[in-house]
This record gives sequence, structure tokens and C-alpha cells, in this order.
Amino acid sequence: MIYREAGEFKTSYAADQGLLTIPMDRWFVIGLVLFAFIGMPLVGDEYWLGSIMIPVLILAIAAMGLNILTGYAGQLSLGTGAFMAAGAYMAYKVATNLSFLPVPVAILAGGGFSAMIGVLFGIPSLRIKGFYLAVATLAAQFFLLWLFTHVDWFVNYNLSGVPAIADYHLFVDWGPLVTGAQASVEARYLFVLVFAVFLALAARNMARCKIGRSWMAIRDMDIAAEIIGIRPLHTKLSAFAISSFYCGVAGALWAFCFINNVEPGAYEIERSFQILFMIIIGGLGSILGSFLGAAFIFLLPITLSQLPGWLGLDVPADVITHLEFMVMGVLIIFFLIVEPHGLARLWQIAKEKLRRWPFPY
Amino acid sequence: MSEMMADNENGRIGGELLSVDNITLRFGGVKALTDISFNINKGEIRSIIGPNGAGKSSMLNVINGFYKPQEGTIRFKGKNVNMKPDLAAKSGIARTFQNIALFKGMSTLDNIMTGRMLKMKAGFLSQAIYWGRAQKEELENRAFVEEIIDFLEIQSIRKTPVGRLPYGLQKRVELARALAMEPELLLLDEPMAGMNLEEKEDMSRYIIDVNEYFGTTIALIEHDMGVVMDLSDRVVVLDYGCKLADGSPDEVSSNQAVIDAYLGVAH
Repeated sequence: MIYREAGEFKTSYAADQGLLTIPMDRWFVIGLVLFAFIGMPLVGDEYWLGSIMIPVLILAIAAMGLNILTGYAGQLSLGTGAFMAAGAYMAYKVATNLSFLPVPVAILAGGGFSAMIGVLFGIPSLRIKGFYLAVATLAAQFFLLWLFTHVDWFVNYNLSGVPAIADYHLFVDWGPLVTGAQASVEARYLFVLVFAVFLALAARNMARCKIGRSWMAIRDMDIAAEIIGIRPLHTKLSAFAISSFYCGVAGALWAFCFINNVEPGAYEIERSFQILFMIIIGGLGSILGSFLGAAFIFLLPITLSQLPGWLGLDVPADVITHLEFMVMGVLIIFFLIVEPHGLARLWQIAKEKLRRWPFPY
Repeated sequence: MSEMMADNENGRIGGELLSVDNITLRFGGVKALTDISFNINKGEIRSIIGPNGAGKSSMLNVINGFYKPQEGTIRFKGKNVNMKPDLAAKSGIARTFQNIALFKGMSTLDNIMTGRMLKMKAGFLSQAIYWGRAQKEELENRAFVEEIIDFLEIQSIRKTPVGRLPYGLQKRVELARALAMEPELLLLDEPMAGMNLEEKEDMSRYIIDVNEYFGTTIALIEHDMGVVMDLSDRVVVLDYGCKLADGSPDEVSSNQAVIDAYLGVAH
């Protein structure tokens, strides 16, 4: 009774095909986005915005990317970290060598470069499936990272190998600083938020259009998809391209707006696994799930490490670190058993319950 | 035979749509099909029958390009074709499977919408912003899909994920998806397998309706002889990959070789 969809009558297919067809959902999402844009920069401090919101949003973008590939198109990938790195290095090259271009263009160019790399490493997907494909993408992970760390051209022959990101204005030399150490945390947060919101919207739109349906068709039953006229190679490669674009943008944002340098260590295999866990916990084939999963996986260790302090317990730091690993592992297993469809499914169940409340059914 | 002539006269059945000429298909040493020839005329319901393992499904797989025959040709609409499944779809051949091949994670509506895939041409940027051509196409095709949903009376399960539907309805959704392609030739692989009498009657009615209203040519594989004899204009009988008989239901059912293949022969 709290959450109502009864009494909503649609009179056109346009209304029925909308993104948020239930007014309550619509207002909730509009409210949430408004809060993210206006409320959050006002109430959030340096720590909340800079160390929590920015990385969570960036990881959510990467998770959306992997979700497009794995959740929607059904192609398992362990190369997420490498695709993020491709985006970061290319964005850095564009920002430094083509400095007449505004920094958002450099970041999108990073995404575009990553998309090309993604297509290249997606070609084996026509022949190999499932775990074997995961192994093939693992090759991308190791090869690309090796390439970026060993070919000095990518870092402009920087001696340390970890070039810092300069302070860039939004449009070349106009607008607020949005990257680098001098930029205010609010500006960096809003910059990342704009990317996250638009990419999330685009992902939702693609998911409900022809391209999304062809991904899901290939995922669910590739033979049946073929007889309908879906070209398997074309469809899989489009998923690889768009997925890698998202990952590339995320990688570039990570370097430009979060850690302020292009650090190869940020794009190791651990990152690939982290993002894979995010979409598994958040929900495969769900854009909302990508955000929930990113928040959950990123915040859980932080919460766990703070918990003893909040409870007034005096636990040594190394014990906390070990506990973190154990609790994290247990929670992941618990989730996979209890709710294999992830947090997004829990959210759906909660809505169903609210719809009937206070009646049991 | 006289019934067929009558149909010919009032124009339901036209000229040759598909012809299968001397097809031989081998899997290693096993001959699945041996020198099979038959044709399908525009607008008719053509059945392919035969005991288990006779090569009926293999025949359909050859027609829509899953299997490549070692010998022989297939001509569709007068053109020599040797195509891949997605090109077969493009040229107007749709099909359903013996074991349901729906997209289990998607709703009924989305499943049928995938059948409209080839009618949609919007670029991916238009889809990403859901504006302009993509939006227009989505709505136009939704309207078309709704007509098919009405036709097959599956309005109530529009938004249900197909994995949750009972078997009979899943078969109907699969037919709906094939119809959404507006095919010229519809290949139905055992559309009534595992159904009870009432469901079979429903499905038979839909097949006849599809044939009459849309003028779709239908190639049907079915084991229920009652259904085959009632629906078909012509029947081709296969056994061990060879053609036994070809003709009207009456001719086929009185053919001694067919009776022997189905009932066995006293040695």
C-alpha cells in the first residue's frame, strides 16, 4: 500500500515503454539525482565526497560496463582492469599532447580507445564461451598492463612511470578546475557525477532498445538469436566495444579525478575481480545493481574497519584487516546462496512487499 | 486431390516458393539425408513426417542454414541459396524449435520484440539517447507486436518472464516471435509435442489462421497423424534419411511403403 502501481493506466505505447512508468519511482529517482547534484556537495565533506562518493561513482561506471558485457550479453570477462587502464593512458596522452582539446573530450577519447581494444580482444568470443573466454580476456589483462608499463611512449617518457595529472579546467582554460590536486573536491565530484548519470541513462536506454534485446538474446539462446537474424559476431563485438568504452571512461576518471596520476597498480587483476564481484553482488543484467554493487563492495571494508572503533572495542589493526577479509568472504558466499540475483533483486522484492503492505499477500 | 485443386482455383496456393533438390547430408560416415527432393508452394501447409530419426529436423536445419549439405541445392523464391541462419531470416524464413528456444530471461513482450529485429534500423547513438528514429521504431514495432499478441491471445502474459510460463504458452510465445518476423516461410518443428488435446486444438487453429490471414507458407513437422492429415495440403514422408512418399494426405496414408515404415513389416 505504501508503494502503489495500481490505478496507473497508460493510454499509449509511448507511456508504457517509458523508463520509469510508475510515478512513485519517477519522483524517487528525480529526488535522488537532485540530491546527488545539489544536496551532496552541500552536506558532504572532503572525506565523504573525495574518498567515498568519487570512487564509488567511478567504480559504478566500470561495473555498468562489465554488466553490459557479462550481465546483458553473457560474455564473461576478466579484463576490466586492463580496459580501464587503456582508457586512462589514452586520456592522458590526449590531454597532454592535444592540449587544445577540453578534458572531457580527452576522457571520452580514452573510452573510445578502450572500445577499440575491447573489440580486438572480443574477437575470440565468437569461438570460445564461458570460462574459456574469461581466460582469453585474462590475456588482455596481463598483456595490456605489460604494454602500458613497458612502452614509455604511453607515459610521455616520464622517468617514474607514474605521471601526475595536471590541473585541467573544464574547457581548456575556461571553467572550474575539474582534475588534478588543485581542483576542489566538489568540482571533481560533480564532474564524475555528470559522467555517471549520463552513462547510466544511456545504458538503460540501450538495454530497453534493439541493441539490448539482441545482447540478451545472444546471452539466453544464441541459436534462436541467429534464426531471428541477429548476427552473433556483430552483437558480441558491439557489447565488447560499449562495455570497454564504459570501463575506459571509468579508468580515465579514476586517474584524472581520484588519484591524480596514472598509476598502473590501480588497474591490476584485483581491480577486474573487484568489479566482477560488484556486478555479481549487485545483480547481473541490472544498471541499478551496478551502483548498489559498487557501493557495497567499496564501502563494506571501510565499514568493517571502522566498526570496532564505533563499538568502542580496542582491536589491533592487523586483526581488523584479517577480519575484514573473512567477513567479506562470508558475506559474498552468503549473498550468492541467499540471493543469487543480487542486491537489485532484493530491492525489487522490497518494492513488492511495500506494494502489499500491511497484507501478507 | 480435388480439394487441392479447389484451393488452387481460389488462389490460396500459388507457385513454387522453395525447392529442395537432391539434398544429401552426412555427419562423418552417417548419412542423415540421402538425395531428398521436394518443393513447397506459396501459401500451402506442407508437412514433413516420418518415424524418429528419419531426418525431419535435419531437413529443416538444412533449409534455414544450420547444416550445410554435402550435395544438392536449395532454391528459395527462385534464387539459389546456401545461407547462414541470419541470412535465411533476412530472406524471410522463420522457425520454431522442437525444444523451446525462447530467451528465458526476457519477458514475453521482449521475446516477440526480438522477432522485429530486422525491421529496426536505428543507429546505436539514437538508441542510447532513446530519441528520434530509435524511439519511433520502438513504438511502431510495439504496435505491430501487440497485434500478434492479440492474434494469439497472450495479452495477459505480456510482461511475464517466459521462463515462468507453462509449456503450452511457451510454445505459443515462440510462434508469436516467429510471426513477428513476418516470414514468407514458417518452419514449425513439432509445434504440438507434449501438448494435451485441447492445447493441440488451439495450436492447430492458430496454424490454420496464420496460413489463412497472413497467407504464410508453413512447413510442419508433426507426429500426431490426425493433425497432419487434417491440416496439410501435401505431405512428404522420410524414413532413414530417404524420401518414402510425397503427395496429398490421402495418397500418403494409403501408401504401402509409409504404412510399413510406421507399423513395421512382417518378415
